[in-house]
Amino acid sequence: MLDLSLLVQYGPALLRGFGVTILCWGAGCLIGMVLGFALMLLRQLPVKPLRWVIRAYIEVIRGTPFLIQLFLLYSGGPAIGLRLEATTAGILGLGIYGSAYFAEIFRAGYQAVPKGQVEAALSLGMSYGAILRRVIVPAMLVSTIPPIVNMMAILTKETVVLSIITVPELMYEMQTMAAETFATFETILGMALFYWLLVEAVSRLGRRLEARVTRFLTHASPQGSSKTATARA
Amino acid sequence: MTAVSRTATPSRAAGQGDTVQGDAVPMVSIRGVGKSFGTNEVLRDIDLTVNKSEVVCLIGPSGSGKSTLLRCINFLEVYDRGEIRIEGKLVGYSEDTPRRRLSNRDLRDLRRNVGMVFQQFNLWPHMTALENVAEALVQVRGMDKVAATSHARRMLDRVGLAAKADSYPARLSGGQQQRVAIARVIAMEPHLMLFDEPTSALDPELVGEVLQVMRDLAADGMTMVVVTHEMGFAANVADKVAFLDRGRIAAFGTPREVFHESTEPRVQQFLQTYHERNSF
Repeated sequence: MLDLSLLVQYGPALLRGFGVTILCWGAGCLIGMVLGFALMLLRQLPVKPLRWVIRAYIEVIRGTPFLIQLFLLYSGGPAIGLRLEATTAGILGLGIYGSAYFAEIFRAGYQAVPKGQVEAALSLGMSYGAILRRVIVPAMLVSTIPPIVNMMAILTKETVVLSIITVPELMYEMQTMAAETFATFETILGMALFYWLLVEAVSRLGRRLEARVTRFLTHASPQGSSKTATARA
Repeated sequence: MTAVSRTATPSRAAGQGDTVQGDAVPMVSIRGVGKSFGTNEVLRDIDLTVNKSEVVCLIGPSGSGKSTLLRCINFLEVYDRGEIRIEGKLVGYSEDTPRRRLSNRDLRDLRRNVGMVFQQFNLWPHMTALENVAEALVQVRGMDKVAATSHARRMLDRVGLAAKADSYPARLSGGQQQRVAIARVIAMEPHLMLFDEPTSALDPELVGEVLQVMRDLAADGMTMVVVTHEMGFAANVADKVAFLDRGRIAAFGTPREVFHESTEPRVQQFLQTYHERNSF
């Protein structure tokens, strides 16, 4: 028998867990993006060894399960003097895991920036920093918002792994509820609902962002194709 | 000697089209410049002088190295041999031997006096026409936003696009985009302007408006190096024409000398192909 009253009874604990999930996810995404962007920029430097190291980092992170990375960080960390509290380790772990993927997303976005737009800025005497801020990043946003949102949606679901190192997030609270009430089905259903809510919110936000960063392109042809541009003129 | 160009641009001071006047440092001086992409030698031993207020057109078949040469002048393309000087200053390299590549900062100092107009316009699509023009004024010249905006507005007015100030590039025709790109360059008050096939991406009926803006600039005394397939523009506006073929300057002189008096077979052949394609 489906007993939804359990969800009400465990409501406060679940909401708290949901809050921790959102916190870990949000902070993890932020760290992942900042780190990923930095990695992408460092990869542009003409220093071969640095490129190899970054590539190896990305391959290792993408090639191993998040669960194992998290264990290594949380349980293996103390061996090298890195003693982290569970939630901190969880956030950092998510950030590191996400950084490899974000670095690849940003790299693709960086390469997709039309070279001419950068050359125009260079020929006007703009510095690399100014070009990055004013030309490259805005152009990157257009192509990278969809994959960024996609990665963020994936990361919402990776947060369940944090329960294994006892981060009191949603999965952890749900397991507690299941253990105490034996209501496995309700628990799983409730969980699915919560994560779906989060993913839905993320993708809605993503669509808004996408509309915002591409607003200057609406109802217009891509730049440079004079054929269609002139048809309207 | 430069009868053709003088009649076309009567406001230009007499004598500007003539050879170097001894004391004057040429705007651009190219000596023995060569460049290779791997084993492919795209520029060989190029010599070219552009004096202040001169308009020099680079013409020739595609793949002849015109655009590469132009891009070497502001070091968007790195040349391997020889030297290019702008107002006496060596482009891209230090003066010591062996020469080293200049730092990005030194390159920026050079480039802020050299404007470039591209075939594909290269406006920044996320900025309005006005923002495109104002951007470098703020970032490079350090103007405050208000001053930069009003200066940018005047520049758009100069190319006849004051009404389009708040339009994004995607809403402008090719010709309008190219005029915004020109406004973006002249706002920086460059000493020299480089044009890389500025009308090649335009529909034929839009070529005229861009060429008119360029004619006005020439009449105002702007020094210009123009890679173009518009032979009419080269004949009427240029002080000098350089014909490039396979990385070399095969003919150089006034438009009359190159178009009508040159006996160089490659020039003849090129012009004949051009005439055949443009007659109907």
